[in-house]
Amino acid sequence: MAVEARQKTEAGKEFVTGADLLIEALVEAKVEKVFGYPGGAVLPIYDAMFRHEFPFEHILCRHEQGSIHAAEGYARVTGKPGVVVATSGPGATNLITGITDAMMDSLPLVIITGQVAQGVIGTDAFQEADVLGLTTPITKYNYQIQDAKELPRVINEAFYIATTGRPGPVLIDIPKNISAELTVRNESNAIELPGYQPNVKPNALQLQKLASLLEKAERPVLLAGAGVLLSDGATYLQEFVEKYELPVVNTLLGLGSFPGEHELFLGMGGMHGTYTANMAIYEADFLINIGARFDDRLTGKVANFAPGAKVAHIDIDPAEIGKIIRTDVPIVGDAKTALQALLAMDIKKPETTEWVTRLMENKVNYPYWYNRSEKQVSPQWLIEQICEKSKGEAIVATDVGQHQMWAAQFYAFNKPHNWLTSGGLGTMGFGLPAAIGAQLGRPDDLVVAIVGDGGIQMTIQELAVIHERNLPVKVFIVNNEALGMVRQWQEEFHGERYSSSLLTQNPDFLKIAEGYGIRSVLVDKEKDVPGVLEEVFAYDGPVLVDFRIHWKEKVFPMVAPGKGINEMVGVKP
Amino acid sequence: MKRIISCTVQNRGGVLNRITGMFSKRHFNIESITVGESETEGMAKMTFVVNVEDEHKLEQLTKQLHKQIDVIKVSDITEKSVVARELALVKVTANSQLRAEIQGLIDPFRGTVVDISKETMTIQVTGKTDKIDAFILLLKPFGIKEIARTGVTALLRGQQAKPYVAEVNSLTI
Ligand SMILES: Cc1ncc(C[n+]2csc(CCOP(=O)(O)OP(=O)(O)O)c2C)c(N)n1
Repeated sequence: MAVEARQKTEAGKEFVTGADLLIEALVEAKVEKVFGYPGGAVLPIYDAMFRHEFPFEHILCRHEQGSIHAAEGYARVTGKPGVVVATSGPGATNLITGITDAMMDSLPLVIITGQVAQGVIGTDAFQEADVLGLTTPITKYNYQIQDAKELPRVINEAFYIATTGRPGPVLIDIPKNISAELTVRNESNAIELPGYQPNVKPNALQLQKLASLLEKAERPVLLAGAGVLLSDGATYLQEFVEKYELPVVNTLLGLGSFPGEHELFLGMGGMHGTYTANMAIYEADFLINIGARFDDRLTGKVANFAPGAKVAHIDIDPAEIGKIIRTDVPIVGDAKTALQALLAMDIKKPETTEWVTRLMENKVNYPYWYNRSEKQVSPQWLIEQICEKSKGEAIVATDVGQHQMWAAQFYAFNKPHNWLTSGGLGTMGFGLPAAIGAQLGRPDDLVVAIVGDGGIQMTIQELAVIHERNLPVKVFIVNNEALGMVRQWQEEFHGERYSSSLLTQNPDFLKIAEGYGIRSVLVDKEKDVPGVLEEVFAYDGPVLVDFRIHWKEKVFPMVAPGKGINEMVGVKP
Repeated sequence: MKRIISCTVQNRGGVLNRITGMFSKRHFNIESITVGESETEGMAKMTFVVNVEDEHKLEQLTKQLHKQIDVIKVSDITEKSVVARELALVKVTANSQLRAEIQGLIDPFRGTVVDISKETMTIQVTGKTDKIDAFILLLKPFGIKEIARTGVTALLRGQQAKPYVAEVNSLTI
């Protein structure tokens, strides 16, 4: 398939390749960064990028999983859609984890995969995979291009679907012959989606119902999830909360939607949340959920979740309302729009002083706690130090495991859009590439990747991108020489049988960093922590720090699996 | 409980797969699906007979259907006044002695014989699911060789008046 760049018909009409149309459509969509990896089926697309002199930056991650997590990180901190390109077959299947992750955590992605030529689809051709079939359950929508003329419309639709309503990943599968062959430019990119109406205005009657329940509430709690962040509603949330003096609980993904050091903030709820937050939900008589989906790691045993409360649930996705928790006031709509509408209403402030005072006492008496070891690095204290030395202003990306929970517990997020973690899918390998995407999206901000010694090995090759672009990401390994969270569960629930969870043969992470041309430091004594952190934060380049912690450290408090949120163990005595 | 759900969808590639995939992912139990073109070009009509545990599951099912980008309209028409029909083809063992007896059964069901061979007879019957069930039950003793059923397809009646609702309630679905 020879590809001639541009030709003209005798009538002067321009011929372009499908790949040209794709690049033009991406430019039209104001794409600034593309995270990708080339291969046979996307060669025409890479050729077009080259010929168009890279109208957007292309970031070559070292594994497609790295590309897609980086795109997720980029999307999370910028609010813009992350764009990914991968080749057919293995390129596309390497994306599966990241697509699922983005679907679960409602991140806007537009993913372009190459496909074998139309003529051989269905014949088990070289590097053919049924990408449409594979990704149907894990995308908000997906397409396979049948005719190059569709490209402008499909790309336009893809960005629209990915970024509106409840955001999510949209995949476009492009057969190689379509990106390679010449076609006539099609000027229209008008969206044709009669079944998709994402912009719903919250129902005034339901808002009124919420208002009257709020007026009567004696023990109200506001639960804020990632929906507040995705709708950019944090300032309105704070205004609403302060106006009615409502105690606030965050979900894991909602951290940052309300200032972590605000006095009305009770902390994170759920499995490793605060005692105060969980008991507040347990005892509440009115629960307002804004943009959270009542995930099981939050609710614990459903029967014990807010058993005595009337529930109002504001969510852009109607299917989330009533899915897990019986809801008295369903409000379908964007969190920000709903908050603005509520702020415009005349609602009598409920009498909650007694309730709030009691919660404040709980906050003082039962905070997150730990025994500081003084010799070895205490991971909880380490996170507090990271928070202090970065003035609570860093963008923090984590992997999955104990370090993730410690980061969620001990880093106070006072600003929105600075917290990246894989919540719904709990994907190990997410942290490092997500931090890269975040740094690329917000080059002037401090980005910290807090990862485990297990998880970093799932995507460690992305250190190459950090080095190549001299991204000043600070990579902090919380090294317990174990798959810590698994080990903790084995200790607690499986009779201390550490089946395949101890990493006694870890590589020398410092040498690995060195191999990638990245500065690295080992910290195994507590006294060294503050100094090293100061130095690392003052340094304008990438650093990897291997923090050694005791292998038996555990995350507490905890709602054990199958238990209610009122049955936490490991609460401060 | 059985429900009839009628759904108008944009007829784009993969739409059936997307919807049936959603049903299986969320463990919704579908008894039958029919798909065909609708009155509007580019739109298809799907009719599902589903078996759900309770109202809560039903609500989830319709919401999840609604959420699909290609889905334009979802209606639970179980309690509405509807015309619901299914078609079945039944091949029974029927030598020449038995044919007359079988013919006697076909008439009250307004079935038609669509194929005859030396040993078999194929009968077409349309109607509500319970009628077809009853018909098949009657033919059983003769020896059924094969059955093909289309599943239910349905339309709302032109007029949604009370008496019709009563009729629909007598439906087993
Ligand atoms: C891809 C993937 N595989 C397996 C798991 C299960 N898992 C959850 S936490 C965990 C241990 C993580 O260990 P590490 O990265 O060292 O972090 P730590 O818990 O020690 O902080 C494992 C294996 C997962 N979440 N993701």
